[in-house]
Amino acid sequence: MANRARPLSPHLQVYRWHLTMFTSIVHRVTGVGAGVGGLLLVWWLMAAAAGPDYFDFVRSIFGAWYGRLVLFGVTWSLAFHLANGIRHLVWDLGAGFDLKTSHTSGVITIIASIVLTLAVWVYAYWSMGAF
Amino acid sequence: MNFRHPIGRARGLGSAKHGTGHFIAQRVTAVFLVPLLIWFAVAIANLADADYPTIVSWVSSPIVSVLLVSLIGIGFYHLYIGLQVIVEDYVASDLNKLVTLLILRAVCFLLGVAGIYSVLRISFGGF
Repeated sequence: MANRARPLSPHLQVYRWHLTMFTSIVHRVTGVGAGVGGLLLVWWLMAAAAGPDYFDFVRSIFGAWYGRLVLFGVTWSLAFHLANGIRHLVWDLGAGFDLKTSHTSGVITIIASIVLTLAVWVYAYWSMGAF
Repeated sequence: MNFRHPIGRARGLGSAKHGTGHFIAQRVTAVFLVPLLIWFAVAIANLADADYPTIVSWVSSPIVSVLLVSLIGIGFYHLYIGLQVIVEDYVASDLNKLVTLLILRAVCFLLGVAGIYSVLRISFGGF
């Protein structure tokens, strides 16, 4: 039946690395990273629903250096997944498939994810009165 | 023309005929998540390290409540159908795949419900 030994196609290790392959893999990884962000959002909202004491506990964890590090990673995951997701939606319209364009849009996606992440964090620190 | 013998489908080896709906659901939820996520990123950066009364009054505002419930509901649905594709790609055994997908579905559903419940509880809490 379906589980008998089937011939397997070559996988990741036999291919020369190129940018579109890299962005495809990172899209999956950042999708999971965004899921971690969803988990943290629900934890934070449940803490707010539970009351001020538990909320302050969660706030102290999110505000600590390790909490901010995780939130920074989640921000970049969401930024990359958002930017590359828009790239995928353009592909779904049938546009931008040729090698040169897909390579260029990959470079733009990576730069955009970094710029968006830094913009959110600069705005966050500014709204906290850091400068 | 169909060149395949019907016995293949009778044995459950043929297409389930539901792939398109999954594909479209992933894209439609993605389209709605773009503006929701941009709104959320700006709002949450503006509220960085905000204290309890500030957060409660922000969540309680009707527009924020509606947008948060939308973000959580659509977001966790999008997350589940994305995770489902990963599991279907990498988990070979039928039983492991079924159990993993059921667990992921339960986790995404419960997190979505917990998030929406929290927003509504804060919103209706009368603060």
